[in-house]
Amino acid sequence: MIVLDIDKKLLAADGEMHLELNLTLEKGKLITLYGESGAGKTSTLRLLSGLMKPDQGRIIVNGKTWFDSDKKINLPPQKRKIGYVFQDYALFPNMTVLENLEFALAKGQDKKNVSDLIEIIELGTLQHRKPETLSGGQKQRVALARALAERPDILLLDEPLAALDIKIRLKLQDYIQKIHREFNLTTILISHDIGEIVKLSDHVIFLEKGSIVRQGNPDELFINRNISGKFKFTGEILKIEQQEIVHIATVLIQNSVVKVIVQDSEVQDLHVGDKVLVATKAFNPILYKIEG
Amino acid sequence: MIDWSPLLLTFELAAVTTIILLVISIPLSAWLANSKSRLKPVIETLVSMPLVLPPTVLGFYFLMAFSPNNAFGEWMNEWLGIKLVFSFPGLVIASILYSLPFMVHPIQSGLSGLPSSIKEAAYVMGKSKVTTLFRVQLPNIKPALLTGIVLSFAHTVGEFGVVLMIGGNIPGKTKVASIAIYDEVEALNYGAANVYSMILFAITFCILLAVYLVNGKHLKKLGR
Repeated sequence: MIVLDIDKKLLAADGEMHLELNLTLEKGKLITLYGESGAGKTSTLRLLSGLMKPDQGRIIVNGKTWFDSDKKINLPPQKRKIGYVFQDYALFPNMTVLENLEFALAKGQDKKNVSDLIEIIELGTLQHRKPETLSGGQKQRVALARALAERPDILLLDEPLAALDIKIRLKLQDYIQKIHREFNLTTILISHDIGEIVKLSDHVIFLEKGSIVRQGNPDELFINRNISGKFKFTGEILKIEQQEIVHIATVLIQNSVVKVIVQDSEVQDLHVGDKVLVATKAFNPILYKIEG
Repeated sequence: MIDWSPLLLTFELAAVTTIILLVISIPLSAWLANSKSRLKPVIETLVSMPLVLPPTVLGFYFLMAFSPNNAFGEWMNEWLGIKLVFSFPGLVIASILYSLPFMVHPIQSGLSGLPSSIKEAAYVMGKSKVTTLFRVQLPNIKPALLTGIVLSFAHTVGEFGVVLMIGGNIPGKTKVASIAIYDEVEALNYGAANVYSMILFAITFCILLAVYLVNGKHLKKLGR
């Protein structure tokens, strides 16, 4: 369990901002920070990892105090067991993929950790290449693997998929889901992409100008918004699940997520990632696949 | 036949100075690149002073400080047995200060130019600041290190005023090439002056050309 109760004055683009967080995060969950840029999302990750020092408050992780302004405790980033994927990946340009991963190991840690990760994240063919020769998606996978090499309990992901195109993004979402479960991690993700949030996270925290304005499970938070009676919009399928006799498709339309019942006969033709048209007929919305 | 010792002495002085400078400048540059201390502007100014100050000013104060008639020079002489005025060790110390900005500036700007996430990534992995500096930061600023090494070396080769003030003109001990040239011209031996000058010209040209070629290649690689 992570208890964050901190205060930090930040210099934002439009003057000073107060970041005030009071959060309890459950172990093993995937939590998303959502909000406009400048709301304090990256700062939250930096405060938790020790790269930034809170003005006051405390951070307690699994019963261990990482920061306490009253007791003058402040563990340096080196002592906090955290995996951090930076927005710009921060791969070491002078090392190959394999060397990047091996460098991340703690002293005396088994090199098998690295070979396992290379297998899970399918980096085998890339391992002797330097980061500058990799594509964005490949760099992202290396950064993800490297953050896990030390076997942290907590994984922090700062907009890991923002710069990637949709196809690679979907693939990487699967990787994130897989490692989150496989390594039994508590993962904190920063994302702007509602589709991604609904697909991946257990819990969403809305930040606005440094304060938490809402939090809860993503279905509740995103799906109750903006449902209009008559509409005809294009959207994208995020997931299709079978519930008893019908299939339910979750569709992203601009920034809202809707759930639509799909008939058995139609479901064969629909896949996650498909662009669809959502329109109302007499009773309930119907999905039309858009070709191309 | 000309006397080769001034040339050899010049390159010996430049080599010793450059090696010591590199050792001093890495921690100093790392501190300057990271520090938010109030002392930082003062230290930066002091490091840059030799760029604008006439070398004779530096040489004059060294002469005063190193003189056995003064406290520091006397202490060095009595306790360590090192005579700094008109001696090779004195030349080395003076050259180190004189060429300091040429080593510190490239390394400092190289370190500042690296994205801070690279060093932070290493810290989060549990790596100490020293490990991060030597394994991650320095290997990624090789062109800056090379520039620092070569500029300090070349600048020390080209030294005149400081050396003249602090070193005097003792053959085989402190008479470096730049002073030998001045000497020969004064004695109207234009031939010998020409030989020294040509050699210095050719060697410094080759060194600098090599740097630009190597760094140019590196930049092309980064830009790809």
